[in-house]
Amino acid sequence: MAKVSMRVNGKSVSADVEGRTLLVEMLRGPLGLTGTHVGCDTSQCGACVVHVNGKAVKACTMFAAEAEGAEVTTIEGMANADGSLGTIQQAFQDYHGLQCGFCTPGMVMSAAALLKDNPKPTESEIRHYLEGNICRCTGYHNIVKAIQAASGQDVGAIAAE
Amino acid sequence: MYSFELVRPKSLAEALSALKEEDAQALGGGQTLIPTLKQRLAQPSKLVSLSAIDEIKGVCVDDDGRLCIGGGTTHGEIVASAGDYPALVSLASRIGDPAVRNRGTIGGSIANNDPSACYPAACLASNATICTDHREIPADEFFQGMFMTALEEGEIVTEVRFPVPQKANYQKFAQPASRFPLVGVFVARFSDGVRVAITGASEGGVFRWTEAEEALSDNFSPEAIEGLTASADGLITDLHGSAAYRAHLIKVLTGRAVKAAA
Ligand SMILES: Cc1cc2nc3c(=O)[nH]c(=O)nc-3n(C[C@H](O)[C@H](O)[C@H](O)COP(=O)(O)OP(=O)(O)OC[C@H]3O[C@@H](n4cnc5c(N)ncnc54)[C@H](O)[C@@H]3O)c2cc1C
Ligand code: FES
Ligand code: FES
Repeated sequence: MAKVSMRVNGKSVSADVEGRTLLVEMLRGPLGLTGTHVGCDTSQCGACVVHVNGKAVKACTMFAAEAEGAEVTTIEGMANADGSLGTIQQAFQDYHGLQCGFCTPGMVMSAAALLKDNPKPTESEIRHYLEGNICRCTGYHNIVKAIQAASGQDVGAIAAE
Repeated sequence: MYSFELVRPKSLAEALSALKEEDAQALGGGQTLIPTLKQRLAQPSKLVSLSAIDEIKGVCVDDDGRLCIGGGTTHGEIVASAGDYPALVSLASRIGDPAVRNRGTIGGSIANNDPSACYPAACLASNATICTDHREIPADEFFQGMFMTALEEGEIVTEVRFPVPQKANYQKFAQPASRFPLVGVFVARFSDGVRVAITGASEGGVFRWTEAEEALSDNFSPEAIEGLTASADGLITDLHGSAAYRAHLIKVLTGRAVKAAA
């Protein structure tokens, strides 16, 4: 066991973990942040996406010790300071971008990473960016709409309902 | 996963000495190695993370005009900073998905030499040099078969040096479930000839299609390879495609790469 320290959603945290402890295991276990989901555990589905030093990563495919000293943001860090939903979260609600909600934490974190690099993405850029995020419920259209809406763009242009 | 110790040295020298330990193994971005460990297909005693070693990261151009990429540079950083070699940026931007590209490294990809990996095709077609902690290896000698390379135990890929071609293009026919290429073709045209490297297709890993190279060196146009057929001997047959289908793809994609580059 070794002590690993990082900042998660702006707070300094640490935990004793093994070499093999995954970042997602540290977040969900000792840190109690169960918003980050594990869908596949094989780096295919994107349910576990969090940001490490501002970059989207799959927390099931990174060791906790690799995030030593890093700035980590999880879905719990996406709400506004007063606890109300953040812009992307609110757009997912408004546009029915979720059904069971299992993929949603990863979708929101990927969307946030996309909008940081590309504030006004086209529909095809959004779809391409979400290649590593799998949703078994929605058929993606409403997720794409939610992200376009969150970027302040008109969603009327997306053809499929 | 079996249990192991994880260390995160800050210098290449410390990493090399940690790797001397029995059953120690390098950890790049972990995008291949972590799934392998989860399946218990590897049992290292110690993982030596290369992610904190700044001296093997980054992109620059050397005095010979070669694009030099540190072995610990992620696919995402290559997309952001290898603009001098657009075909390579285009290749890196299509690896996996954004989260994979933010962790996976070029050194890890070529050390692994997956028969479907993208960079080995770029290295071979560009006649790149693979630099390690103690030697320089030409790409033609580095890739030695499926998951096999010239690397010795504990040797670290520190840099890959790419001569930048006059024209180049990478065609990836993606297998939609894995997002790896079913077949990928990298065509590079230099002043002294054309090189064509094929990935995803052969049981022997990445290889050069020399007949196409000769034809294209005389006439760099898709018509030049019309009369050729890529042989299906030794190509992979799996549930995604037969050897004959892959052979067909090699020719079609080579034509498309030449058209896009010309
Ligand atoms: C969903 C998904 C899709 C993918 N799609 C593609 C694709 O389309 N094309 C493609 O090419 N790849 C693809 N990959 C693989 C990806 O590019 C990996 O990042 C890469 O193959 C391994 O790099 P890594 O840095 O993660 O290495 P690791 O997984 O950390 O290591 C792989 C191997 O290399 C060794 N190693 C690591 N770094 C070094 C070094 N500097 N020197 C010596 N040895 C080293 C390790 O010991 C290990 O044996 C995909 C991966 C995933 C998860
Ligand atoms: S749980 Fe990490 S990608 Fe599916
Ligand atoms: S809403 Fe159910 S998996 Fe996406």
